[in-house]
Amino acid sequence: MNAIAVQNLTKQFGSFTAVDNISFDVKRGEIFGFLGANGAGKTTAMRMLCGLSFPTRGEATVAGFDLFREAEKIKKSIGYMSQKFSLYEDLTIKENIRFYGGIYGLTDGQIKSKTDFMLQHLGLSEQANTLVKSLPLGWRQKLSFSVAMVHEPQIVFLDEPTGGVDPVTRREFWTMIYEAAHAGTTVFVTTHYMDEAEYCDRVSIMVDGRIDALGTPTELKEQFSASDMAGVFLKLARRAKRGDD
Amino acid sequence: MKSVIVNGVQKSFKANKGSVQALKEISFDVEQGELFGLIGPDGAGKTTLFRILTTLMIADSGSASVDGFDVVKDFKAIRKRVGYMPGRFSLYQDLSVEENLSFFATLFDTTIEENYDLVKDIYIQIEKFKHRKAGALSGGMKQKLALCCALIHKPSVLFLDEPTTGVDAVSRQEFWELLRQLQKQNITIVVSTPYMDEASLCDRVALIQQGSLLDIDTPKGIMNKLGKPLWSVRASDMYVLMKELKSMYEVFSCYPFGQEHHVIFHNDGQSILEIETALKKKGIADAQFKRTEPTIEDSFMKLMNK
Repeated sequence: MNAIAVQNLTKQFGSFTAVDNISFDVKRGEIFGFLGANGAGKTTAMRMLCGLSFPTRGEATVAGFDLFREAEKIKKSIGYMSQKFSLYEDLTIKENIRFYGGIYGLTDGQIKSKTDFMLQHLGLSEQANTLVKSLPLGWRQKLSFSVAMVHEPQIVFLDEPTGGVDPVTRREFWTMIYEAAHAGTTVFVTTHYMDEAEYCDRVSIMVDGRIDALGTPTELKEQFSASDMAGVFLKLARRAKRGDD
Repeated sequence: MKSVIVNGVQKSFKANKGSVQALKEISFDVEQGELFGLIGPDGAGKTTLFRILTTLMIADSGSASVDGFDVVKDFKAIRKRVGYMPGRFSLYQDLSVEENLSFFATLFDTTIEENYDLVKDIYIQIEKFKHRKAGALSGGMKQKLALCCALIHKPSVLFLDEPTTGVDAVSRQEFWELLRQLQKQNITIVVSTPYMDEASLCDRVALIQQGSLLDIDTPKGIMNKLGKPLWSVRASDMYVLMKELKSMYEVFSCYPFGQEHHVIFHNDGQSILEIETALKKKGIADAQFKRTEPTIEDSFMKLMNK
Protein backbone atom coordinates (compact mmCIF):
# COMPACT_ATOMS: atom_id res chain seq x y z
CA MET A 1 0.00 0.00 0.00
CA ASN A 2 1.09 3.54 -0.65
CA ALA A 3 1.99 5.74 2.31
CA ILE A 4 0.80 8.82 0.45
CA ALA A 5 -1.56 8.89 -2.56
CA VAL A 6 -2.40 12.24 -4.10
CA GLN A 7 -4.82 12.81 -7.00
CA ASN A 8 -5.33 16.22 -8.62
CA LEU A 9 -4.74 18.08 -5.41
CA THR A 10 -5.21 21.85 -5.71
CA LYS A 11 -5.03 24.78 -3.32
CA GLN A 12 -6.19 28.25 -4.26
CA PHE A 13 -5.80 31.42 -2.24
CA GLY A 14 -8.29 33.79 -3.87
CA SER A 15 -7.33 33.92 -7.54
CA PHE A 16 -3.85 32.53 -6.87
CA THR A 17 -3.33 28.81 -7.43
CA ALA A 18 -0.52 27.88 -5.04
CA VAL A 19 -0.75 24.15 -5.76
CA ASP A 20 -2.03 23.27 -9.19
CA ASN A 21 -3.53 19.84 -9.73
CA ILE A 22 -0.70 17.65 -8.44
CA SER A 23 -0.79 13.84 -8.46
CA PHE A 24 1.79 11.45 -7.05
CA ASP A 25 2.25 8.41 -4.79
CA VAL A 26 4.85 7.70 -2.14
CA LYS A 27 5.57 4.06 -1.34
CA ARG A 28 5.98 2.72 2.17
CA GLY A 29 9.54 2.91 3.41
CA GLU A 30 10.54 5.20 0.58
CA ILE A 31 12.74 8.31 0.93
CA PHE A 32 10.87 10.83 -1.18
CA GLY A 33 12.56 14.14 -2.02
CA PHE A 34 10.16 17.02 -2.55
CA LEU A 35 12.02 19.78 -4.38
CA GLY A 36 11.17 23.10 -5.92
CA ALA A 37 12.31 26.71 -6.06
CA ASN A 38 11.20 29.21 -3.39
CA GLY A 39 7.56 30.01 -4.08
CA ALA A 40 6.89 26.90 -6.18
CA GLY A 41 4.26 25.68 -3.71
CA LYS A 42 6.17 23.10 -1.66
CA THR A 43 5.20 24.44 1.74
CA THR A 44 1.52 24.74 0.83
CA ALA A 45 1.50 21.17 -0.50
CA MET A 46 3.28 19.88 2.59
CA ARG A 47 0.87 21.70 4.93
CA MET A 48 -2.06 20.05 3.15
CA LEU A 49 -0.50 16.58 3.46
CA CYS A 50 0.03 17.14 7.19
CA GLY A 51 -3.63 18.04 7.61
CA LEU A 52 -2.86 21.68 8.47
CA SER A 53 -4.39 23.30 5.40
CA PHE A 54 -7.64 22.27 3.73
CA PRO A 55 -7.31 21.56 -0.01
CA THR A 56 -9.53 23.44 -2.47
CA ARG A 57 -10.12 20.23 -4.43
CA GLY A 58 -8.64 16.88 -5.32
CA GLU A 59 -8.18 13.65 -3.39
CA ALA A 60 -5.49 12.36 -1.11
CA THR A 61 -4.76 9.76 1.51
CA VAL A 62 -1.90 9.96 3.97
CA ALA A 63 -1.04 6.89 6.06
CA GLY A 64 -4.26 5.38 4.70
CA PHE A 65 -6.48 8.18 6.00
CA ASP A 66 -8.51 10.57 3.89
CA LEU A 67 -7.18 14.11 3.86
CA PHE A 68 -10.65 15.66 3.78
CA ARG A 69 -12.40 13.58 6.42
CA GLU A 70 -9.70 12.16 8.67
CA ALA A 71 -7.16 14.96 9.12
CA GLU A 72 -6.93 14.33 12.89
CA LYS A 73 -6.05 10.67 12.35
CA ILE A 74 -3.38 11.74 9.89
CA LYS A 75 -1.81 14.07 12.45
CA LYS A 76 -1.46 11.14 14.86
CA SER A 77 0.19 8.93 12.25
CA ILE A 78 2.85 11.34 11.04
CA GLY A 79 5.89 13.09 12.46
CA TYR A 80 6.98 16.56 11.41
CA MET A 81 10.24 18.41 11.74
CA SER A 82 11.22 21.77 10.34
CA GLN A 83 14.43 23.71 10.52
CA LYS A 84 12.72 26.69 12.06
CA PHE A 85 10.85 25.25 14.97
CA SER A 86 10.72 21.84 16.45
CA LEU A 87 11.95 21.90 20.02
CA TYR A 88 11.34 24.10 23.04
CA GLU A 89 14.61 25.87 23.73
CA ASP A 90 13.80 26.61 27.36
CA LEU A 91 13.11 22.98 28.14
CA THR A 92 15.84 20.40 28.67
CA ILE A 93 16.43 17.53 26.26
CA LYS A 94 14.60 15.15 28.55
CA GLU A 95 11.68 17.54 29.02
CA ASN A 96 11.28 17.97 25.27
CA ILE A 97 11.07 14.21 24.78
CA ARG A 98 8.58 13.93 27.62
CA PHE A 99 6.53 16.82 26.22
CA TYR A 100 6.25 15.38 22.72
CA GLY A 101 5.67 11.89 24.05
CA GLY A 102 2.81 13.28 26.14
CA ILE A 103 1.32 15.18 23.17
CA TYR A 104 1.21 11.97 21.16
CA GLY A 105 -0.39 10.05 24.01
CA LEU A 106 2.45 7.77 25.04
CA THR A 107 2.18 6.21 28.51
CA ASP A 108 4.69 7.13 31.24
CA GLY A 109 6.36 3.76 30.79
CA GLN A 110 6.66 4.22 27.05
CA ILE A 111 8.05 7.73 27.50
CA LYS A 112 10.64 6.44 29.94
CA SER A 113 11.88 3.68 27.70
CA LYS A 114 11.81 5.99 24.64
CA THR A 115 13.82 8.60 26.53
CA ASP A 116 16.47 6.08 27.57
CA PHE A 117 16.69 4.67 24.07
CA MET A 118 16.92 8.04 22.33
CA LEU A 119 19.49 9.52 24.71
CA GLN A 120 21.67 6.48 24.32
CA HIS A 121 21.24 6.26 20.57
CA LEU A 122 22.18 9.93 20.14
CA GLY A 123 25.00 9.78 22.67
CA LEU A 124 23.31 12.50 24.72
CA SER A 125 22.80 10.62 28.00
CA GLU A 126 25.11 12.97 29.91
CA GLN A 127 23.31 16.04 28.55
CA ALA A 128 19.80 14.82 29.39
CA ASN A 129 19.21 17.78 31.70
CA THR A 130 20.79 20.41 29.45
CA LEU A 131 18.59 23.14 28.01
CA VAL A 132 18.04 22.65 24.30
CA LYS A 133 19.13 26.23 23.54
CA SER A 134 22.66 25.49 24.68
CA LEU A 135 23.03 22.53 22.29
CA PRO A 136 24.95 23.07 19.04
CA LEU A 137 22.65 23.28 16.00
CA GLY A 138 23.73 19.91 14.61
CA TRP A 139 22.76 18.12 17.82
CA ARG A 140 19.52 20.01 18.00
CA GLN A 141 18.60 18.87 14.49
CA LYS A 142 19.37 15.24 15.29
CA LEU A 143 17.34 15.49 18.48
CA SER A 144 14.46 17.15 16.58
CA PHE A 145 14.39 14.26 14.17
CA SER A 146 14.30 11.70 16.98
CA VAL A 147 11.57 13.64 18.75
CA ALA A 148 9.53 13.76 15.53
CA MET A 149 9.75 9.96 15.56
CA VAL A 150 8.91 9.51 19.25
CA HIS A 151 5.44 8.02 18.52
CA GLU A 152 6.82 5.75 15.77
CA PRO A 153 4.87 7.44 12.98
CA GLN A 154 4.29 5.74 9.63
CA ILE A 155 5.50 8.82 7.79
CA VAL A 156 7.87 11.57 8.81
CA PHE A 157 7.87 14.97 7.06
CA LEU A 158 11.21 16.81 7.15
CA ASP A 159 11.19 20.43 5.98
CA GLU A 160 14.76 21.52 5.16
CA PRO A 161 16.18 19.55 8.09
CA THR A 162 19.84 20.21 7.29
CA GLY A 163 19.93 23.94 6.54
CA GLY A 164 23.03 25.60 8.01
CA VAL A 165 24.34 22.35 9.49
CA ASP A 166 28.07 21.52 9.13
CA PRO A 167 28.99 19.01 6.40
CA VAL A 168 29.83 16.13 8.74
CA THR A 169 26.64 16.48 10.79
CA ARG A 170 24.64 16.87 7.58
CA ARG A 171 25.86 13.43 6.52
CA GLU A 172 25.26 11.92 9.96
CA PHE A 173 21.73 13.26 9.70
CA TRP A 174 21.23 11.45 6.41
CA THR A 175 22.47 8.25 8.02
CA MET A 176 19.62 8.64 10.51
CA ILE A 177 17.20 9.10 7.61
CA TYR A 178 18.48 5.91 5.96
CA GLU A 179 18.11 3.98 9.22
CA ALA A 180 14.54 5.19 9.66
CA ALA A 181 13.65 4.22 6.08
CA HIS A 182 15.37 0.87 6.49
CA ALA A 183 13.16 0.23 9.53
CA GLY A 184 10.06 0.92 7.41
CA THR A 185 9.29 4.58 8.07
CA THR A 186 8.36 6.61 4.99
CA VAL A 187 10.44 9.79 4.73
CA PHE A 188 9.16 12.88 2.91
CA VAL A 189 11.92 15.49 2.78
CA THR A 190 12.61 18.93 1.28
CA THR A 191 16.07 20.38 0.82
CA HIS A 192 18.04 23.07 -0.99
CA TYR A 193 21.16 20.89 -1.08
CA MET A 194 21.19 19.20 -4.45
CA ASP A 195 23.64 16.48 -3.38
CA GLU A 196 20.98 15.40 -0.87
CA ALA A 197 18.48 14.99 -3.70
CA GLU A 198 20.74 12.17 -4.90
CA TYR A 199 20.24 10.32 -1.59
CA CYS A 200 16.47 10.01 -2.17
CA ASP A 201 14.80 6.95 -3.69
CA ARG A 202 12.61 9.21 -5.80
CA VAL A 203 12.39 12.94 -6.27
CA SER A 204 9.65 15.28 -7.44
CA ILE A 205 10.30 18.83 -8.60
CA MET A 206 7.63 21.50 -8.36
CA VAL A 207 7.50 24.44 -10.76
CA ASP A 208 4.79 27.11 -10.49
CA GLY A 209 2.53 24.89 -8.38
CA ARG A 210 2.79 21.87 -10.67
CA ILE A 211 4.91 18.74 -10.40
CA ASP A 212 7.00 18.97 -13.58
CA ALA A 213 9.29 16.03 -12.94
CA LEU A 214 9.09 12.85 -10.90
CA GLY A 215 11.37 9.83 -10.84
CA THR A 216 14.49 8.27 -9.40
CA PRO A 217 17.56 10.55 -9.53
CA THR A 218 18.99 8.31 -12.29
CA GLU A 219 15.82 8.59 -14.38
CA LEU A 220 15.64 12.35 -13.99
CA LYS A 221 19.28 12.84 -14.94
CA GLU A 222 18.69 10.81 -18.07
CA GLN A 223 15.44 12.55 -18.93
CA PHE A 224 16.98 16.03 -18.63
CA SER A 225 20.44 15.05 -19.91
CA ALA A 226 22.14 16.41 -16.81
CA SER A 227 25.18 15.00 -15.04
CA ASP A 228 23.79 15.61 -11.56
CA MET A 229 20.58 16.65 -9.77
CA ALA A 230 21.72 20.28 -9.60
CA GLY A 231 21.67 20.30 -13.39
CA VAL A 232 18.16 18.80 -13.47
CA PHE A 233 16.93 21.33 -10.93
CA LEU A 234 18.39 24.34 -12.73
CA LYS A 235 16.88 23.28 -16.05
CA LEU A 236 13.43 22.89 -14.52
CA ALA A 237 13.39 25.85 -12.16
CA ARG A 238 14.46 28.22 -14.93
CA ARG A 239 11.13 27.40 -16.62
CA ALA A 240 9.23 29.05 -13.77
CA LYS A 241 7.12 31.95 -14.93
CA ARG A 242 5.51 33.20 -11.78
CA GLY A 243 8.77 33.84 -9.91
CA ASP A 244 8.63 34.08 -6.16
CA ASP A 245 6.59 37.25 -5.84
CA MET B 1 45.85 48.15 0.30
CA LYS B 2 44.11 45.97 2.84
CA SER B 3 40.43 46.63 3.12
CA VAL B 4 39.87 44.62 6.27
CA ILE B 5 42.47 43.63 8.87
CA VAL B 6 41.52 41.35 11.74
CA ASN B 7 44.17 40.74 14.36
CA GLY B 8 43.75 38.26 17.21
CA VAL B 9 40.08 39.04 17.75
CA GLN B 10 38.40 37.18 20.61
CA LYS B 11 34.84 37.32 21.87
CA SER B 12 33.00 35.37 24.55
CA PHE B 13 29.38 35.40 25.60
CA LYS B 14 27.87 34.44 28.92
CA ALA B 15 25.82 31.27 28.76
CA ASN B 16 23.78 29.49 31.44
CA LYS B 17 26.85 27.71 32.75
CA GLY B 18 30.10 29.61 32.25
CA SER B 19 30.74 31.23 28.91
CA VAL B 20 30.89 30.38 25.22
CA GLN B 21 33.87 31.44 23.17
CA ALA B 22 32.31 32.68 19.94
CA LEU B 23 35.63 33.77 18.41
CA LYS B 24 39.02 32.35 19.42
CA GLU B 25 41.93 34.57 18.31
CA ILE B 26 40.86 35.17 14.75
CA SER B 27 43.29 36.86 12.33
CA PHE B 28 43.02 37.50 8.58
CA ASP B 29 43.20 40.25 5.94
CA VAL B 30 40.98 41.09 3.01
CA GLU B 31 42.47 42.87 0.00
CA GLN B 32 40.78 45.85 -1.55
CA GLY B 33 38.31 44.79 -4.24
CA GLU B 34 38.39 41.17 -3.15
CA LEU B 35 35.35 38.88 -2.94
CA PHE B 36 36.10 37.16 0.35
CA GLY B 37 34.02 34.29 1.69
CA LEU B 38 33.56 33.30 5.32
CA ILE B 39 32.45 29.70 5.08
CA GLY B 40 31.12 27.76 8.03
CA PRO B 41 28.06 26.18 9.63
CA ASP B 42 25.64 27.88 12.02
CA GLY B 43 27.29 28.72 15.30
CA ALA B 44 30.76 29.07 13.76
CA GLY B 45 31.03 32.73 14.80
CA LYS B 46 30.39 34.37 11.42
CA THR B 47 27.73 36.81 12.63
CA THR B 48 29.75 37.82 15.69
CA LEU B 49 32.69 38.64 13.46
CA PHE B 50 30.47 40.71 11.15
CA ARG B 51 29.04 42.60 14.11
CA ILE B 52 32.52 43.45 15.35
CA LEU B 53 33.68 44.60 11.91
CA THR B 54 30.59 46.75 11.39
CA THR B 55 31.20 48.37 14.84
CA LEU B 56 28.01 46.99 16.38
CA MET B 57 29.88 44.96 18.97
CA ILE B 58 33.25 45.33 20.69
CA ALA B 59 35.72 42.46 20.80
CA ASP B 60 37.08 41.27 24.18
CA SER B 61 40.62 41.50 22.85
CA GLY B 62 42.51 41.92 19.60
CA SER B 63 42.08 44.67 17.03
CA ALA B 64 40.48 45.17 13.66
CA SER B 65 40.30 47.83 11.00
CA VAL B 66 38.06 48.43 8.01
CA ASP B 67 39.17 50.67 5.15
CA GLY B 68 42.07 51.84 7.33
CA PHE B 69 39.89 52.84 10.30
CA ASP B 70 39.92 51.23 13.71
CA VAL B 71 36.64 49.48 14.57
CA VAL B 72 36.57 50.94 18.07
CA LYS B 73 38.16 54.41 17.83
CA ASP B 74 36.89 55.33 14.38
CA PHE B 75 33.52 53.65 14.48
CA LYS B 76 31.72 56.67 13.06
CA ALA B 77 33.95 56.82 9.98
CA ILE B 78 33.44 53.09 9.40
CA ARG B 79 29.67 53.31 9.62
CA LYS B 80 29.70 55.80 6.74
CA ARG B 81 31.85 53.57 4.60
CA VAL B 82 30.42 50.10 5.01
CA GLY B 83 27.26 48.48 3.77
CA TYR B 84 25.86 45.73 5.98
CA MET B 85 23.20 43.20 5.15
CA PRO B 86 22.41 41.24 8.32
CA GLY B 87 21.29 37.64 8.16
CA ARG B 88 17.88 38.48 9.51
CA PHE B 89 15.71 40.72 7.30
CA SER B 90 15.96 44.12 8.97
CA LEU B 91 14.31 46.66 6.72
CA TYR B 92 11.13 48.49 7.67
CA GLN B 93 8.28 46.11 6.89
CA ASP B 94 5.67 48.88 6.93
CA LEU B 95 7.50 51.05 4.43
CA SER B 96 7.24 50.42 0.70
CA VAL B 97 10.15 49.20 -1.37
CA GLU B 98 10.86 52.71 -2.62
CA GLU B 99 10.42 54.29 0.83
CA ASN B 100 12.93 51.87 2.35
CA LEU B 101 15.54 52.65 -0.27
CA SER B 102 14.95 56.38 -0.04
CA PHE B 103 15.13 56.18 3.78
CA PHE B 104 18.54 54.52 3.73
CA ALA B 105 19.80 56.97 1.11
CA THR B 106 18.72 59.90 3.28
CA LEU B 107 20.42 58.44 6.37
CA PHE B 108 23.70 58.60 4.49
CA ASP B 109 23.05 62.06 3.11
CA THR B 110 22.52 60.94 -0.45
CA THR B 111 19.64 60.24 -2.85
CA ILE B 112 18.53 57.25 -4.89
CA GLU B 113 19.29 59.24 -8.08
CA GLU B 114 22.86 60.02 -7.09
CA ASN B 115 23.92 56.37 -6.79
CA TYR B 116 21.30 54.78 -8.99
CA ASP B 117 23.86 53.25 -11.37
CA LEU B 118 25.24 51.15 -8.52
CA VAL B 119 21.93 49.51 -7.62
CA LYS B 120 20.28 49.69 -11.04
CA ASP B 121 20.87 46.10 -12.11
CA ILE B 122 19.33 44.81 -8.90
CA TYR B 123 16.65 47.47 -8.42
CA ILE B 124 15.07 47.02 -11.86
CA GLN B 125 14.21 43.47 -10.80
CA ILE B 126 12.03 44.75 -7.94
CA GLU B 127 11.03 48.15 -9.34
CA LYS B 128 7.62 46.94 -10.46
CA PHE B 129 6.83 46.33 -6.77
CA LYS B 130 8.14 49.69 -5.61
CA HIS B 131 4.85 50.63 -3.97
CA ARG B 132 4.48 47.29 -2.19
CA LYS B 133 5.28 47.15 1.52
CA ALA B 134 8.59 45.45 2.23
CA GLY B 135 6.86 43.05 4.63
CA ALA B 136 4.71 41.71 1.78
CA LEU B 137 7.64 40.79 -0.48
CA SER B 138 8.77 37.22 -1.10
CA GLY B 139 12.09 36.00 0.31
CA GLY B 140 14.01 36.52 -2.91
CA MET B 141 12.67 40.05 -3.38
CA LYS B 142 13.39 41.01 0.23
CA GLN B 143 16.94 39.90 -0.24
CA LYS B 144 17.35 42.04 -3.36
CA LEU B 145 15.86 45.08 -1.64
CA ALA B 146 18.16 44.58 1.36
CA LEU B 147 21.15 44.46 -0.97
CA CYS B 148 20.03 47.71 -2.65
CA CYS B 149 19.65 49.40 0.75
CA ALA B 150 23.11 48.24 1.79
CA LEU B 151 24.57 49.69 -1.43
CA ILE B 152 22.75 52.97 -1.88
CA HIS B 153 25.40 55.07 -0.09
CA LYS B 154 28.18 53.63 -2.26
CA PRO B 155 30.07 51.79 0.47
CA SER B 156 33.69 50.81 -0.03
CA VAL B 157 33.25 47.55 1.87
CA LEU B 158 30.10 45.43 1.77
CA PHE B 159 29.36 42.89 4.53
CA LEU B 160 26.76 40.28 3.64
CA ASP B 161 25.78 37.87 6.41
CA GLU B 162 24.37 34.66 4.92
CA PRO B 163 22.50 36.32 2.05
CA THR B 164 21.65 32.97 0.44
CA THR B 165 20.53 30.90 3.43
CA GLY B 166 17.24 29.15 2.70
CA VAL B 167 17.35 30.34 -0.91
CA ASP B 168 16.87 27.84 -3.73
CA ALA B 169 19.67 26.80 -6.08
CA VAL B 170 18.55 29.00 -8.98
CA SER B 171 18.22 32.20 -6.95
CA ARG B 172 21.51 31.46 -5.22
CA GLN B 173 23.28 31.32 -8.55
CA GLU B 174 21.69 34.60 -9.65
CA PHE B 175 22.72 36.27 -6.41
CA TRP B 176 26.37 35.28 -6.90
CA GLU B 177 26.27 36.66 -10.42
CA LEU B 178 25.14 39.97 -8.91
CA LEU B 179 28.05 39.93 -6.46
CA ARG B 180 30.51 39.36 -9.30
CA GLN B 181 29.07 42.41 -11.07
CA LEU B 182 29.38 44.53 -7.94
CA GLN B 183 32.97 43.50 -7.49
CA LYS B 184 33.77 45.12 -10.83
CA GLN B 185 32.77 48.46 -9.30
CA ASN B 186 35.72 48.07 -6.95
CA ILE B 187 33.70 47.29 -3.86
CA THR B 188 35.29 44.90 -1.39
CA ILE B 189 32.79 42.19 -0.50
CA VAL B 190 32.92 40.01 2.60
CA VAL B 191 30.19 37.39 2.44
CA SER B 192 29.35 34.52 4.75
CA THR B 193 27.58 31.31 3.83
CA PRO B 194 26.95 27.83 5.20
CA TYR B 195 26.80 26.45 1.62
CA MET B 196 30.22 25.01 0.85
CA ASP B 197 29.60 24.94 -2.92
CA GLU B 198 29.50 28.75 -2.89
CA ALA B 199 33.08 28.91 -1.63
CA SER B 200 34.40 28.19 -5.12
CA LEU B 201 32.82 31.47 -6.30
CA CYS B 202 35.01 33.59 -3.99
CA ASP B 203 38.52 34.92 -4.64
CA ARG B 204 39.63 33.66 -1.24
CA VAL B 205 37.83 31.98 1.60
CA ALA B 206 38.25 31.52 5.32
CA LEU B 207 36.84 28.26 6.67
CA ILE B 208 35.47 28.79 10.15
CA GLN B 209 34.19 26.29 12.70
CA GLN B 210 33.32 26.82 16.38
CA GLY B 211 35.07 30.16 16.56
CA SER B 212 38.35 29.06 14.97
CA LEU B 213 39.66 29.50 11.45
CA LEU B 214 40.45 26.13 9.91
CA ASP B 215 42.18 27.62 6.87
CA ILE B 216 42.42 30.70 4.64
CA ASP B 217 43.29 30.36 0.98
CA THR B 218 41.96 30.50 -2.56
CA PRO B 219 39.28 27.86 -3.20
CA LYS B 220 41.76 25.98 -5.37
CA GLY B 221 44.43 26.19 -2.71
CA ILE B 222 42.06 24.73 -0.13
CA MET B 223 41.01 21.88 -2.39
CA ASN B 224 44.66 21.04 -3.11
CA LYS B 225 45.44 20.88 0.57
CA LEU B 226 43.44 17.72 1.08
CA GLY B 227 46.87 16.10 0.96
CA LYS B 228 45.74 12.56 0.22
CA PRO B 229 44.34 10.98 -2.92
CA LEU B 230 40.54 11.13 -3.01
CA TRP B 231 38.47 8.30 -4.47
CA SER B 232 34.85 8.26 -5.48
CA VAL B 233 33.04 4.95 -5.36
CA ARG B 234 29.67 3.70 -6.55
CA ALA B 235 27.77 0.45 -6.18
CA SER B 236 24.17 -0.61 -6.57
CA ASP B 237 23.57 -0.66 -2.80
CA MET B 238 25.14 2.57 -1.57
CA TYR B 239 23.91 2.12 2.00
CA VAL B 240 25.59 -1.24 2.49
CA LEU B 241 28.68 0.00 0.65
CA MET B 242 29.02 2.85 3.15
CA LYS B 243 28.67 0.50 6.12
CA GLU B 244 31.30 -1.91 4.81
CA LEU B 245 33.79 0.78 3.86
CA LYS B 246 33.49 2.46 7.24
CA SER B 247 34.26 -0.82 8.97
CA MET B 248 37.55 -1.35 7.04
CA TYR B 249 40.74 -0.42 8.84
CA GLU B 250 42.30 0.83 5.58
CA VAL B 251 39.66 3.55 5.31
CA PHE B 252 40.49 6.92 6.89
CA SER B 253 37.15 8.50 6.01
CA CYS B 254 34.11 7.75 3.89
CA TYR B 255 31.31 10.25 3.29
CA PRO B 256 28.34 10.27 0.94
CA PHE B 257 28.61 12.89 -1.82
CA GLY B 258 25.50 12.90 -3.95
CA GLN B 259 25.48 9.80 -6.10
CA GLU B 260 28.94 8.72 -4.90
CA HIS B 261 30.85 8.12 -1.69
CA HIS B 262 34.16 9.91 -1.25
CA VAL B 263 36.84 7.77 0.34
CA ILE B 264 40.26 8.62 1.74
CA PHE B 265 42.60 5.79 2.76
CA HIS B 266 45.17 5.86 5.54
CA ASN B 267 47.81 4.69 3.12
CA ASP B 268 48.25 6.93 0.02
CA GLY B 269 49.32 4.04 -2.17
CA GLN B 270 46.41 1.80 -1.14
CA SER B 271 45.72 -0.83 -3.76
CA ILE B 272 42.15 -0.48 -4.97
CA LEU B 273 42.22 -4.07 -6.17
CA GLU B 274 42.66 -5.25 -2.57
CA ILE B 275 39.74 -3.13 -1.41
CA GLU B 276 37.55 -4.39 -4.24
CA THR B 277 38.41 -7.97 -3.40
CA ALA B 278 37.62 -7.37 0.26
CA LEU B 279 34.28 -5.83 -0.70
CA LYS B 280 33.47 -8.77 -2.95
CA LYS B 281 33.94 -11.11 0.00
CA LYS B 282 31.31 -9.09 1.81
CA GLY B 283 28.87 -9.41 -1.07
CA ILE B 284 29.46 -6.13 -2.90
CA ALA B 285 30.55 -7.20 -6.36
CA ASP B 286 29.95 -4.03 -8.33
CA ALA B 287 31.91 -1.37 -6.42
CA GLN B 288 33.61 0.98 -8.87
CA PHE B 289 36.42 3.25 -7.67
CA LYS B 290 37.62 6.34 -9.52
CA ARG B 291 40.15 9.01 -8.60
CA THR B 292 38.36 12.32 -8.15
CA GLU B 293 39.08 15.99 -7.51
CA PRO B 294 38.30 17.19 -3.99
CA THR B 295 35.61 19.82 -3.31
CA ILE B 296 35.68 22.46 -0.57
CA GLU B 297 33.45 20.19 1.50
CA ASP B 298 36.01 17.37 1.34
CA SER B 299 38.69 19.71 2.66
CA PHE B 300 36.40 21.18 5.30
CA MET B 301 35.55 17.75 6.67
CA LYS B 302 39.18 16.68 6.65
CA LEU B 303 40.07 19.83 8.61
CA MET B 304 37.20 19.20 11.06
CA ASN B 305 38.53 15.70 11.62
CA LYS B 306 41.97 16.83 12.68
